[in-house]
Amino acid sequence: MPGSSSFTDFVREHAPEVLPGARRLPGAVPLAGPGAVPGGGPGAGQPPHATTIVALVTADGVVVAGDRRATAGNVIAQRDIEKVFPADDHSAVGIAGTAGLALEMVRLFQVELEHYEKLEGALMSFEGKANRLSAMIRGNLGLAMQGLAVVPLFAGYDLDARRGRIVSYDVTGGRYEEVDHHAVGSGSVFARGALKKLFRPGLSSAEAVRVAVEALWDAADDDSATGGPDLVRRTWPVVAVVSAEGYRRLEQEELSAVVEGVVAGRTGNPGGAPALAGGTGGTGGTGTGAGTGTEGQGVQR
Amino acid sequence: MSVPFYVSPEQLMKDKADYARKGIARGRAVVVLAYEGGIVFASENASRALHKISEIYDRVAFAAVGKYNEFENLRVAGVRYADLRGYSYDRGDVTARGLANAYAQTLGTVFTTGPKPYEVELVVAEVGRTPEQDQVYRLTYDGSVADEHGYVAMGGSAEQISARLGERWRAGMSLEEALRTAVDALGSDAQAEAAGRGPRRIAPDQLEVAVLDRARARRTFRRLGGPVLARLLGEAGAGAPDAPAGPGAPAGPDTPAQPAG
Repeated sequence: MPGSSSFTDFVREHAPEVLPGARRLPGAVPLAGPGAVPGGGPGAGQPPHATTIVALVTADGVVVAGDRRATAGNVIAQRDIEKVFPADDHSAVGIAGTAGLALEMVRLFQVELEHYEKLEGALMSFEGKANRLSAMIRGNLGLAMQGLAVVPLFAGYDLDARRGRIVSYDVTGGRYEEVDHHAVGSGSVFARGALKKLFRPGLSSAEAVRVAVEALWDAADDDSATGGPDLVRRTWPVVAVVSAEGYRRLEQEELSAVVEGVVAGRTGNPGGAPALAGGTGGTGGTGTGAGTGTEGQGVQR
Repeated sequence: MSVPFYVSPEQLMKDKADYARKGIARGRAVVVLAYEGGIVFASENASRALHKISEIYDRVAFAAVGKYNEFENLRVAGVRYADLRGYSYDRGDVTARGLANAYAQTLGTVFTTGPKPYEVELVVAEVGRTPEQDQVYRLTYDGSVADEHGYVAMGGSAEQISARLGERWRAGMSLEEALRTAVDALGSDAQAEAAGRGPRRIAPDQLEVAVLDRARARRTFRRLGGPVLARLLGEAGAGAPDAPAGPGAPAGPDTPAQPAG
């Protein structure tokens, strides 16, 4: 037999030194492991940490969004990190945890899927992709136990089941299918609260994008490690829409309208309470506010 | 005590070469043509599963004629080579030249030391940012590499097909023109020559066609089939748009979007 269709298996046999798992840390190391911010200042000795990812199922597939902040201790390590990536044409992966390891894992995962696709001439099933990612996370368990955990969120359009699906993981590689919506990372507690209130079945992709940005806003509002939309630098969350047509990352202009809508909706209504009466059935953040600054609180469609 | 017959090295190589050439000439041909927007590959191949044309990497594709199991082995090795190189260096560091060199080594070694040479002929092509940067390498059973420009025909009736391409190919063709030229040439094989009634007509469902599309951002390889191919092969001047596929074309394993990074 000409060998496996798995890129990871092939590399493990022929060039194990390039695989992430091949680099063993010496013994029990303190948190100041590889990739730590050097020097003696704030955040020193801490590897950058990526934070909140949200995902929700829509009528056409899924929407996945991630904020842009990476932290090292109490320092902001990066303001424009990207944490949502296409795994292949019909799936996305968002990362939370140790940024360096997570980015490497995503890169390997992308090659793994593409490699299979080219060798087999067929797309891997959604289950197959979720399981491959699970195996990669399990491979990182040793490092996770030393504090360098990676916890991705996997979501995509299942071409067989013809619907959007979300899979979450724990550090041991355990995979759990989520219904409707999910969030991971340090701000996930707050994001989940927002998702619960704003989600409803059969959201259009555009509505779901709004909900995702609202949820990230709530995460950023209460979690210091999650960044909100940066209006000064015009750095918006990374938002991806995955449907039968494929993976599409929202353009800056497209997202600007949504973000500005959320900001306007939250002005004078910081909790984003939806209209209690006469609402337009909007996706949240369209509240009547406290009677001030009513201008610019319109529903963003 | 038996003494083995002496065979001169010349004779030995010639026998091996003849053996390989015979095997290659038995199969259907593959043609590779440069067109304005990239490189098009076409072959007469009724099978939907056993491909002669395949994606190797973002800008690199592979076409082969000869023995299926042998070139399939080489294809798999090529994908592994490219993915490993792209993963450990960068996606931009995977080139057709590197791959052609690797194939040349393998083919050359098998030809000189193996009990039997590979009965295959390959094309490794890379689409550049501009037509001038396109690279097409042709590799033969003995590991020799030729840097081709414009068009290549290999496999059965390669001479006749190549001659036909030589008459009709020119630089800067549109995809439709290039495809029609390719199909016309594939139909101008020895069989058609013997019949003396001009090129055979080959139905679109008997064709395996793929392009390396210069305009695509990341994975430039795309298979063309079904209605898209039929439309491209349709009547000249029907006003068909130049794009290889409409926006609503179903996404499949060979029609990837452009994931970033």
